[in-house]
Amino acid sequence: MSGVWLVVLVVGIATIAFKATGPVLLGDRELPEPIAGVVALLAPVLLSALVVTQAVGGDNELVLDARLAGVGAGAVAIAARAPLPAVVVTAALATALTRLVA
Amino acid sequence: MPSAASYPELRYRDGVRAAIAVAATVWFFGASFGLLARAAGMGVLAPLVLSATTFAGSAQFAVSSILGAGGGTFAAIAAAVLLNARYAPISISVAPLFHGSRLRRLAESQLIVDESWALSSRGGGRFDRRLLLGAGLLLYVSWVSGTAVGVLAGDALGDPKNLGLDGAFPALFLALLVPQLRAPQAALAAVVAGAIALILIPFTPPGTPIVAASAACLLGLRRRAS
Repeated sequence: MSGVWLVVLVVGIATIAFKATGPVLLGDRELPEPIAGVVALLAPVLLSALVVTQAVGGDNELVLDARLAGVGAGAVAIAARAPLPAVVVTAALATALTRLVA
Repeated sequence: MPSAASYPELRYRDGVRAAIAVAATVWFFGASFGLLARAAGMGVLAPLVLSATTFAGSAQFAVSSILGAGGGTFAAIAAAVLLNARYAPISISVAPLFHGSRLRRLAESQLIVDESWALSSRGGGRFDRRLLLGAGLLLYVSWVSGTAVGVLAGDALGDPKNLGLDGAFPALFLALLVPQLRAPQAALAAVVAGAIALILIPFTPPGTPIVAASAACLLGLRRRAS
Protein backbone atom coordinates (compact mmCIF):
# COMPACT_ATOMS: atom_id res chain seq x y z
CA MET A 1 0.00 0.00 0.00
CA SER A 2 1.34 3.44 -0.89
CA GLY A 3 1.86 6.10 1.76
CA VAL A 4 -0.98 8.21 0.40
CA TRP A 5 -3.52 5.41 0.72
CA LEU A 6 -2.26 4.53 4.19
CA VAL A 7 -2.94 8.14 5.23
CA VAL A 8 -6.40 8.05 3.64
CA LEU A 9 -7.24 4.78 5.39
CA VAL A 10 -6.00 5.67 8.88
CA VAL A 11 -7.26 9.27 8.92
CA GLY A 12 -10.63 8.19 7.49
CA ILE A 13 -11.17 5.45 10.07
CA ALA A 14 -9.96 7.65 12.95
CA THR A 15 -12.27 10.50 11.98
CA ILE A 16 -15.26 8.21 11.50
CA ALA A 17 -14.58 6.85 15.00
CA PHE A 18 -14.25 10.34 16.54
CA LYS A 19 -17.54 11.47 15.00
CA ALA A 20 -19.30 8.28 16.07
CA THR A 21 -18.07 8.40 19.68
CA GLY A 22 -21.06 10.20 21.18
CA PRO A 23 -23.89 8.93 18.94
CA VAL A 24 -22.83 5.25 19.03
CA LEU A 25 -21.76 4.99 22.69
CA LEU A 26 -24.21 7.44 24.28
CA GLY A 27 -26.96 7.87 21.67
CA ASP A 28 -30.68 7.55 22.28
CA ARG A 29 -30.59 8.54 25.94
CA GLU A 30 -30.35 11.66 28.06
CA LEU A 31 -26.94 12.42 29.46
CA PRO A 32 -26.46 11.93 33.21
CA GLU A 33 -26.69 15.19 35.18
CA PRO A 34 -23.00 15.96 35.90
CA ILE A 35 -22.09 15.25 32.28
CA ALA A 36 -25.03 17.32 31.04
CA GLY A 37 -23.70 20.37 32.91
CA VAL A 38 -20.33 19.96 31.24
CA VAL A 39 -21.76 19.20 27.80
CA ALA A 40 -23.97 22.31 28.00
CA LEU A 41 -20.80 24.38 27.90
CA LEU A 42 -19.22 22.48 24.96
CA ALA A 43 -20.86 24.70 22.34
CA PRO A 44 -19.66 28.09 23.66
CA VAL A 45 -16.27 26.61 24.55
CA LEU A 46 -15.55 24.94 21.21
CA LEU A 47 -17.04 27.82 19.19
CA SER A 48 -14.79 30.25 21.05
CA ALA A 49 -11.74 28.07 20.40
CA LEU A 50 -12.72 27.79 16.71
CA VAL A 51 -13.06 31.58 16.39
CA VAL A 52 -9.59 32.09 17.88
CA THR A 53 -7.80 29.35 15.91
CA GLN A 54 -9.44 30.28 12.60
CA ALA A 55 -8.86 34.02 13.07
CA VAL A 56 -5.22 34.07 14.19
CA GLY A 57 -4.07 30.45 14.02
CA GLY A 58 -1.03 29.49 11.96
CA ASP A 59 1.39 26.62 11.83
CA ASN A 60 2.82 26.86 15.35
CA GLU A 61 2.51 30.64 15.33
CA LEU A 62 0.02 33.45 15.70
CA VAL A 63 -0.71 34.98 12.29
CA LEU A 64 -2.29 38.42 12.17
CA ASP A 65 -3.55 38.98 8.62
CA ALA A 66 -6.61 39.99 6.58
CA ARG A 67 -8.74 37.42 8.40
CA LEU A 68 -8.85 39.83 11.37
CA ALA A 69 -10.49 42.49 9.18
CA GLY A 70 -13.05 39.87 8.17
CA VAL A 71 -13.83 38.95 11.77
CA GLY A 72 -14.02 42.66 12.69
CA ALA A 73 -16.45 43.41 9.86
CA GLY A 74 -18.39 40.27 10.79
CA ALA A 75 -18.61 41.48 14.39
CA VAL A 76 -20.07 44.79 13.22
CA ALA A 77 -22.63 42.91 11.12
CA ILE A 78 -23.48 40.71 14.11
CA ALA A 79 -23.91 43.79 16.33
CA ALA A 80 -26.24 45.25 13.67
CA ARG A 81 -28.27 42.01 13.91
CA ALA A 82 -27.58 41.07 10.29
CA PRO A 83 -28.74 37.56 9.30
CA LEU A 84 -26.13 34.82 9.24
CA PRO A 85 -25.54 34.73 5.45
CA ALA A 86 -24.99 38.51 5.48
CA VAL A 87 -22.42 38.10 8.25
CA VAL A 88 -20.56 35.45 6.23
CA VAL A 89 -20.58 37.52 3.02
CA THR A 90 -19.55 40.72 4.85
CA ALA A 91 -16.62 38.95 6.49
CA ALA A 92 -15.46 37.41 3.19
CA LEU A 93 -15.69 40.77 1.39
CA ALA A 94 -13.76 42.59 4.12
CA THR A 95 -11.06 39.90 4.14
CA ALA A 96 -10.72 39.95 0.35
CA LEU A 97 -10.64 43.76 0.13
CA THR A 98 -8.06 44.02 2.91
CA ARG A 99 -5.89 41.44 1.17
CA LEU A 100 -6.25 43.33 -2.11
CA VAL A 101 -5.19 46.64 -0.56
CA ALA A 102 -2.50 45.38 1.80
CA MET B 1 -39.17 26.86 29.48
CA PRO B 2 -38.22 30.46 30.24
CA SER B 3 -34.56 29.93 29.44
CA ALA B 4 -35.47 28.64 26.00
CA ALA B 5 -38.01 31.39 25.38
CA SER B 6 -35.44 34.09 26.11
CA TYR B 7 -33.35 32.68 23.28
CA PRO B 8 -33.71 33.81 19.66
CA GLU B 9 -35.26 30.76 18.02
CA LEU B 10 -33.31 29.58 15.02
CA ARG B 11 -36.09 28.41 12.70
CA TYR B 12 -35.57 25.51 10.33
CA ARG B 13 -35.92 27.87 7.37
CA ASP B 14 -33.28 30.21 8.83
CA GLY B 15 -30.94 27.30 9.37
CA VAL B 16 -31.25 26.05 5.83
CA ARG B 17 -30.76 29.56 4.46
CA ALA B 18 -27.66 29.94 6.61
CA ALA B 19 -26.39 26.52 5.56
CA ILE B 20 -26.65 27.52 1.88
CA ALA B 21 -24.27 30.45 2.33
CA VAL B 22 -21.94 28.27 4.35
CA ALA B 23 -22.23 25.45 1.81
CA ALA B 24 -21.06 27.75 -0.98
CA THR B 25 -17.99 28.64 1.07
CA VAL B 26 -17.39 24.99 1.91
CA TRP B 27 -17.70 24.07 -1.77
CA PHE B 28 -14.89 26.47 -2.71
CA PHE B 29 -12.73 25.08 0.06
CA GLY B 30 -13.44 21.54 -1.14
CA ALA B 31 -12.34 22.59 -4.61
CA SER B 32 -9.15 24.14 -3.28
CA PHE B 33 -8.46 21.00 -1.26
CA GLY B 34 -8.85 18.92 -4.43
CA LEU B 35 -6.49 21.23 -6.30
CA LEU B 36 -3.85 21.20 -3.55
CA ALA B 37 -4.12 17.44 -3.02
CA ARG B 38 -3.63 16.82 -6.74
CA ALA B 39 -0.63 19.15 -6.75
CA ALA B 40 0.73 17.33 -3.69
CA GLY B 41 0.84 14.11 -5.69
CA MET B 42 -2.15 12.41 -4.06
CA GLY B 43 -3.71 11.57 -7.40
CA VAL B 44 -7.43 11.82 -8.23
CA LEU B 45 -9.12 9.03 -6.30
CA ALA B 46 -7.36 9.32 -2.91
CA PRO B 47 -8.41 12.97 -2.26
CA LEU B 48 -12.00 12.06 -3.17
CA VAL B 49 -12.04 9.07 -0.81
CA LEU B 50 -10.50 11.22 1.92
CA SER B 51 -13.20 13.89 1.48
CA ALA B 52 -15.95 11.25 1.51
CA THR B 53 -14.70 9.50 4.66
CA THR B 54 -13.03 12.26 6.68
CA PHE B 55 -15.25 15.24 5.72
CA ALA B 56 -13.26 17.76 7.78
CA GLY B 57 -11.46 20.61 6.08
CA SER B 58 -8.57 21.54 8.34
CA ALA B 59 -7.30 17.95 8.75
CA GLN B 60 -7.45 17.33 5.01
CA PHE B 61 -5.56 20.54 4.23
CA ALA B 62 -2.94 19.45 6.76
CA VAL B 63 -2.58 16.08 5.00
CA SER B 64 -2.15 17.63 1.56
CA SER B 65 0.32 20.25 2.71
CA ILE B 66 2.44 17.77 4.69
CA LEU B 67 2.49 15.18 1.90
CA GLY B 68 3.12 17.93 -0.66
CA ALA B 69 6.13 19.12 1.33
CA GLY B 70 7.46 15.56 1.55
CA GLY B 71 6.69 15.45 5.28
CA GLY B 72 6.04 11.74 5.46
CA THR B 73 3.13 9.40 6.12
CA PHE B 74 3.33 9.38 9.89
CA ALA B 75 3.48 13.19 10.21
CA ALA B 76 0.42 13.55 7.98
CA ILE B 77 -1.54 10.96 9.97
CA ALA B 78 -0.54 12.46 13.34
CA ALA B 79 -1.50 16.00 12.33
CA ALA B 80 -4.87 14.98 10.90
CA VAL B 81 -5.80 12.74 13.83
CA LEU B 82 -4.89 15.52 16.27
CA LEU B 83 -6.91 18.05 14.29
CA ASN B 84 -9.97 15.80 14.25
CA ALA B 85 -9.81 14.70 17.88
CA ARG B 86 -12.19 17.57 18.68
CA TYR B 87 -14.95 15.53 17.05
CA ALA B 88 -14.99 13.23 20.08
CA PRO B 89 -16.26 15.97 22.46
CA ILE B 90 -18.35 17.53 19.68
CA SER B 91 -20.11 14.23 18.96
CA ILE B 92 -20.71 13.64 22.67
CA SER B 93 -22.49 17.01 22.87
CA VAL B 94 -25.08 15.89 20.29
CA ALA B 95 -25.31 12.23 21.33
CA PRO B 96 -28.96 12.41 22.58
CA LEU B 97 -30.13 13.39 19.06
CA PHE B 98 -29.25 10.01 17.58
CA HIS B 99 -31.68 7.10 17.72
CA GLY B 100 -32.11 3.63 16.31
CA SER B 101 -29.57 0.91 15.65
CA ARG B 102 -25.87 1.41 16.22
CA LEU B 103 -25.25 1.18 12.48
CA ARG B 104 -27.77 3.94 11.79
CA ARG B 105 -26.26 6.14 14.52
CA LEU B 106 -22.80 5.49 13.08
CA ALA B 107 -23.93 6.49 9.59
CA GLU B 108 -25.81 9.62 10.68
CA SER B 109 -22.97 10.73 12.94
CA GLN B 110 -20.76 11.17 9.88
CA LEU B 111 -22.77 14.29 8.98
CA ILE B 112 -21.30 15.99 12.06
CA VAL B 113 -18.88 18.69 10.97
CA ASP B 114 -17.95 21.98 12.68
CA GLU B 115 -20.41 24.01 10.64
CA SER B 116 -23.44 21.67 10.82
CA TRP B 117 -22.85 21.22 14.54
CA ALA B 118 -22.56 24.97 15.14
CA LEU B 119 -25.64 25.77 13.03
CA SER B 120 -27.75 23.24 14.94
CA SER B 121 -26.90 24.61 18.40
CA ARG B 122 -29.89 26.08 20.23
CA GLY B 123 -28.04 27.22 23.34
CA GLY B 124 -27.94 25.75 26.84
CA GLY B 125 -26.37 22.57 25.52
CA ARG B 126 -29.33 21.71 23.30
CA PHE B 127 -29.09 20.92 19.58
CA ASP B 128 -31.63 20.43 16.82
CA ARG B 129 -31.50 17.07 15.05
CA ARG B 130 -33.11 18.21 11.79
CA LEU B 131 -30.81 21.21 11.51
CA LEU B 132 -27.74 19.10 12.22
CA LEU B 133 -28.52 16.39 9.67
CA GLY B 134 -30.05 18.74 7.07
CA ALA B 135 -27.14 21.15 7.14
CA GLY B 136 -24.68 18.25 7.40
CA LEU B 137 -26.03 16.56 4.27
CA LEU B 138 -25.91 19.79 2.25
CA LEU B 139 -22.36 20.49 3.46
CA TYR B 140 -21.27 16.91 2.75
CA VAL B 141 -22.47 17.11 -0.87
CA SER B 142 -20.78 20.52 -1.22
CA TRP B 143 -17.48 19.27 0.20
CA VAL B 144 -17.26 16.10 -1.90
CA SER B 145 -18.47 17.71 -5.13
CA GLY B 146 -16.12 20.65 -4.56
CA THR B 147 -13.26 18.20 -4.10
CA ALA B 148 -14.18 16.43 -7.36
CA VAL B 149 -14.14 19.69 -9.31
CA GLY B 150 -10.88 20.69 -7.61
CA VAL B 151 -8.95 17.53 -8.48
CA LEU B 152 -10.20 17.60 -12.08
CA ALA B 153 -10.31 21.31 -12.93
CA GLY B 154 -9.09 23.21 -9.89
CA ASP B 155 -6.76 25.54 -11.78
CA ALA B 156 -9.71 27.39 -13.28
CA LEU B 157 -11.18 28.34 -9.88
CA GLY B 158 -8.37 30.30 -8.28
CA ASP B 159 -7.44 30.56 -4.63
CA PRO B 160 -10.37 30.85 -2.17
CA LYS B 161 -8.18 33.19 -0.16
CA ASN B 162 -8.59 35.76 -2.93
CA LEU B 163 -12.32 35.61 -2.22
CA GLY B 164 -11.65 36.15 1.49
CA LEU B 165 -13.32 32.88 2.39
CA ASP B 166 -10.77 32.09 5.11
CA GLY B 167 -12.01 35.17 6.95
CA ALA B 168 -15.63 34.06 6.64
CA PHE B 169 -15.28 30.97 8.86
CA PRO B 170 -14.15 32.71 12.08
CA ALA B 171 -16.92 35.29 11.56
CA LEU B 172 -19.46 32.48 11.11
CA PHE B 173 -18.39 30.81 14.34
CA LEU B 174 -18.43 34.20 16.12
CA ALA B 175 -22.00 34.82 14.93
CA LEU B 176 -23.03 31.42 16.31
CA LEU B 177 -21.10 31.99 19.55
CA VAL B 178 -22.61 35.37 20.50
CA PRO B 179 -26.17 34.12 21.29
CA GLN B 180 -24.59 31.44 23.53
CA LEU B 181 -22.99 33.99 25.85
CA ARG B 182 -26.08 35.20 27.75
CA ALA B 183 -25.56 32.82 30.63
CA PRO B 184 -22.66 34.16 32.73
CA GLN B 185 -21.20 30.69 33.15
CA ALA B 186 -21.18 30.11 29.38
CA ALA B 187 -19.55 33.49 28.79
CA LEU B 188 -16.86 32.74 31.34
CA ALA B 189 -16.20 29.30 29.86
CA ALA B 190 -15.97 30.80 26.34
CA VAL B 191 -13.45 33.42 27.49
CA VAL B 192 -11.33 30.79 29.27
CA ALA B 193 -11.45 28.52 26.19
CA GLY B 194 -10.47 31.35 23.86
CA ALA B 195 -7.57 32.28 26.12
CA ILE B 196 -6.34 28.67 26.31
CA ALA B 197 -6.45 28.36 22.52
CA LEU B 198 -4.69 31.70 22.00
CA ILE B 199 -1.91 30.85 24.44
CA LEU B 200 -1.32 27.37 23.00
CA ILE B 201 -1.33 28.26 19.27
CA PRO B 202 2.39 29.21 19.13
CA PHE B 203 3.54 26.26 21.24
CA THR B 204 1.53 23.22 20.15
CA PRO B 205 0.73 21.51 16.84
CA PRO B 206 -2.48 22.69 15.11
CA GLY B 207 -5.50 20.92 16.60
CA THR B 208 -4.12 20.73 20.11
CA PRO B 209 -5.31 24.23 21.15
CA ILE B 210 -8.95 23.34 20.42
CA VAL B 211 -8.80 20.00 22.23
CA ALA B 212 -7.08 21.61 25.24
CA ALA B 213 -9.56 24.52 25.25
CA SER B 214 -12.46 22.07 25.54
CA ALA B 215 -11.33 21.48 29.13
CA ALA B 216 -12.97 24.85 29.92
CA CYS B 217 -16.36 23.12 29.83
CA LEU B 218 -15.43 21.46 33.13
CA LEU B 219 -16.62 24.76 34.63
CA GLY B 220 -20.05 23.20 34.11
CA LEU B 221 -19.40 20.91 37.07
CA ARG B 222 -19.81 23.94 39.36
CA ARG B 223 -23.51 24.27 38.55
CA ARG B 224 -24.26 21.03 40.32
CA ALA B 225 -22.04 21.79 43.30
CA SER B 226 -23.65 25.16 44.04
